[in-house]
Amino acid sequence: MALKEPVLLKRVEKMTDPTSVEEFTKYGGFDALKKAVIMDKEAILDELDTAHLRGRGGAAYPLGRKWRHLYGSQNTPKYIVCNADEGEPGTFKDKMLLEKDPLSVIEGMVIAGYVFGSNDGYIYIRGEYRHIQAVFHQAVRNARAAGYLGKNIMGIEGFDYDLHIISGGGAYVCGENSALLNSVEGKTGRPRVKPPHLADVGLYLKPTLVNNVESFACVSAVINMGGEAFLNLGTKDGGGTKLICLSGHIKNPGVYEVELGMPLDEILYSEEYGGGTSTGRPIKFIHFGGQSGPIGTSEQIKDRLYDYGDFWYNKLAIGSGAIVVMDTSVNAIDYMTSVMEFFVHESCGKCTPCRLGTTRLLELFKKFQRHGGKQGDIEKLEKMLEHITNLSACGLGQSVSVSARSALAGYRDEFEACIN
Amino acid sequence: MVTDSAIKTVTLTIDNKSCTVPKGTTILKAAQSIGIDIPTLCYMKELVPDGSCRICVVEIEGGRKGGLVPSCAEHCAEGMVVYTRSQRVVEARKFILDLLLSDHTLECFSCARNGSCKLQEYCLEYGVERTSFRIGKRTPFGKGDTSNRFFEFRPDKCIMCRRCAHVCEKLQGRDVLSIAGRGFDTHISTCYDIARTDPTCESCGNCVSACPTGALSSYDQKRNYRSYEVTSTQTTCPHCAVGCQFNLLTKNGKIVGADPVDGPTNKGLLCVKGKYGSYKFVHSGDRLTTPLIKKDGKFEPATWEEALGLIVNKLTQIKKKEGADAIAGFSCSRSTNEDNYMFQKMMRAAIGTNNVDNCARV
Ligand SMILES: Cc1cc2nc3c(=O)[nH]c(=O)nc-3n(C[C@H](O)[C@H](O)[C@H](O)COP(=O)(O)O)c2cc1C
Ligand code: SF4
Ligand code: SF4
Ligand code: SF4
Ligand code: SF4
Ligand code: FES
Repeated sequence: MALKEPVLLKRVEKMTDPTSVEEFTKYGGFDALKKAVIMDKEAILDELDTAHLRGRGGAAYPLGRKWRHLYGSQNTPKYIVCNADEGEPGTFKDKMLLEKDPLSVIEGMVIAGYVFGSNDGYIYIRGEYRHIQAVFHQAVRNARAAGYLGKNIMGIEGFDYDLHIISGGGAYVCGENSALLNSVEGKTGRPRVKPPHLADVGLYLKPTLVNNVESFACVSAVINMGGEAFLNLGTKDGGGTKLICLSGHIKNPGVYEVELGMPLDEILYSEEYGGGTSTGRPIKFIHFGGQSGPIGTSEQIKDRLYDYGDFWYNKLAIGSGAIVVMDTSVNAIDYMTSVMEFFVHESCGKCTPCRLGTTRLLELFKKFQRHGGKQGDIEKLEKMLEHITNLSACGLGQSVSVSARSALAGYRDEFEACIN
Repeated sequence: MVTDSAIKTVTLTIDNKSCTVPKGTTILKAAQSIGIDIPTLCYMKELVPDGSCRICVVEIEGGRKGGLVPSCAEHCAEGMVVYTRSQRVVEARKFILDLLLSDHTLECFSCARNGSCKLQEYCLEYGVERTSFRIGKRTPFGKGDTSNRFFEFRPDKCIMCRRCAHVCEKLQGRDVLSIAGRGFDTHISTCYDIARTDPTCESCGNCVSACPTGALSSYDQKRNYRSYEVTSTQTTCPHCAVGCQFNLLTKNGKIVGADPVDGPTNKGLLCVKGKYGSYKFVHSGDRLTTPLIKKDGKFEPATWEEALGLIVNKLTQIKKKEGADAIAGFSCSRSTNEDNYMFQKMMRAAIGTNNVDNCARV
């Protein structure tokens, strides 16, 4: 069943100027903020818990839990950071919000500023989104002029909070929380060692919240409709709606908003969404959640619900919301080789297993691709994947194996055919 | 927060031995405190953990991510059960070594660090004789940076532990080295590719001392000695009054090199004089080995009795005739603090003047 009323995209394409505060408020903008500032802060956290809002950046960590951790920190100042690096291939949904409804992201960030008594928020926008950065700058200026940013926000004495816009430099790894903070500080974008947790020692060594663009937009939705209603849009394993990005061999590529728990087949085949493959050939597999996500075979994706729980139980993942569709003309090994090329290119080079291991993996995939595999190479590949996952320092290296393992599980025969 | 964590302790088990440490202690430090050795490559005890080499992994019972964590960064927790040499740990370390060797010019025979190289030591210990990645991308052989007169840099032997860059930036405060590129192509570079002859580089050699392999190696060591041929004698650097501790390395009765020691004033660092200069004058042909007394406008070798006797005579004469304040003493900044103290004491107590100074003003 298609979504009746968009929640996150409700204003998109309706506003004549997406940066205008007047237009924004005409369609319910800043209602959540107005509600939030008269709520008890604990009550806001309760609503977020009830909503079971999972982070939309990829890791799906419960947002309420993250906020509570930061809320408990005694250290000040606290910083709010929005991750708008959107570097995951096949993911282009944050772009939609940043460009078409930037004030909704700003609203979510101001609510966070209110909850944590923070004075400074940072938004780290992907360098390639140059024109969107300009739109966002305009939205921030307008919000400031209308008194939603700056000193004494909405006339509330002492509610001082402003946003700083930082441009990324084009490295995928800078989407990783701690690398992102290093980059904001003007350092090289390589991940930090954890512990300490960023909620304790984050930006400029102060407690810091990092959330995704869509996550911040969801916060306003939770406050507006209440946690319960938000939860009911989704399932018990994650409430709300989710922005998805359809691409690959799909007839209607693009960004859509769906209720979590919607049948995957509807997303793929109904005319309202994907409309089936663009080539007329059947789907062979789908890469979910970007390059760091798993691959689902046509068998595996049958009768699935687009839901965090149903996906996990079936070794799939929602991740960022990317749904890259590949038809039967695609060879699993060719596909994986290009995925590996991505990781080789994006490895920041800090830790040994990822710096050298990704290149060795790519070399092995290329060997398979040439049909030059030797007895034992598949087992060697499996061992390498295990070690690289266990030993890598950050989420990039740790997730290199996700797609490769699922490809091996689903298409082992194609690998075996490359062994002679 | 700091005091809070300092008073709380946690108790854990490492290789079946129980151990109680302050909260916030890393597994590596806890293990070291009970005599358990864990291999490390990037770890530097003076700095926050870098967590990059991953050789220090240990297994935590029931832990996330397969239970393997870098012990240099992971904090101890109450009831934690740690294994530092389980089969999974050993396999993981072998994999790291295998990867490191897959981009390493293995020429131990001619390498300055043969016998004192951590990569060699661990490969030997874990039975990794050669890489299993026989073919594949390699850093080009032998193309090194020989711009510095005391040491050379060979990127094809570099394991990217980043210790040199951290020493230079955070301890020596020179910031000559930086980590450039990414992925496989990550490499140690000088800032803006300046030569290591640029005045920014003090040739202190602390990067060389910090390097666990032969990637950065002193020419002295390369040409003249290997670690197993030398005897180390800890002493104080004679070059200035800071009092850095170092080991003088001797081979066949000759000093051939110096290695920093973790002394109270130098904490494992040296300057160019200590690292590369201090031992060279000992065997220099120009060095004075006996006192000289000028006779008929020409210096003639003399015994210490003759020389000291002459000084005592002259000083006594001057003091009698002109008073003690006609005498001034000037000591050398190359002397140790103890020698300088004795010198001023002699001027004040034995001669009776406050006219005493020292040239250490740099
Ligand atoms: C290599 C790597 C790249 C990432 N890129 C992004 C990104 O582009 N955008 C994003 O929101 N999260 C990204 N993440 C996830 C973030 O680290 C983090 O989990 C997220 O920003 C937290 O926000 P959320 O809880 O609201 O999802 C990335 C993670 C890794 C390891
Ligand atoms: S896993 Fe890869 S991206 Fe992450 S720190 Fe290590 S080298 Fe860098
Ligand atoms: S750096 Fe170590 S392993 Fe490499 S050649 Fe030298 S001694 Fe051998
Ligand atoms: S010799 Fe000293 S100053 Fe020069 S690069 Fe090495 S550590 Fe830095
Ligand atoms: S030159 Fe030596 S210290 Fe520097 S990164 Fe390479 S191996 Fe480590
Ligand atoms: S010593 Fe722990 S990661 Fe290098």
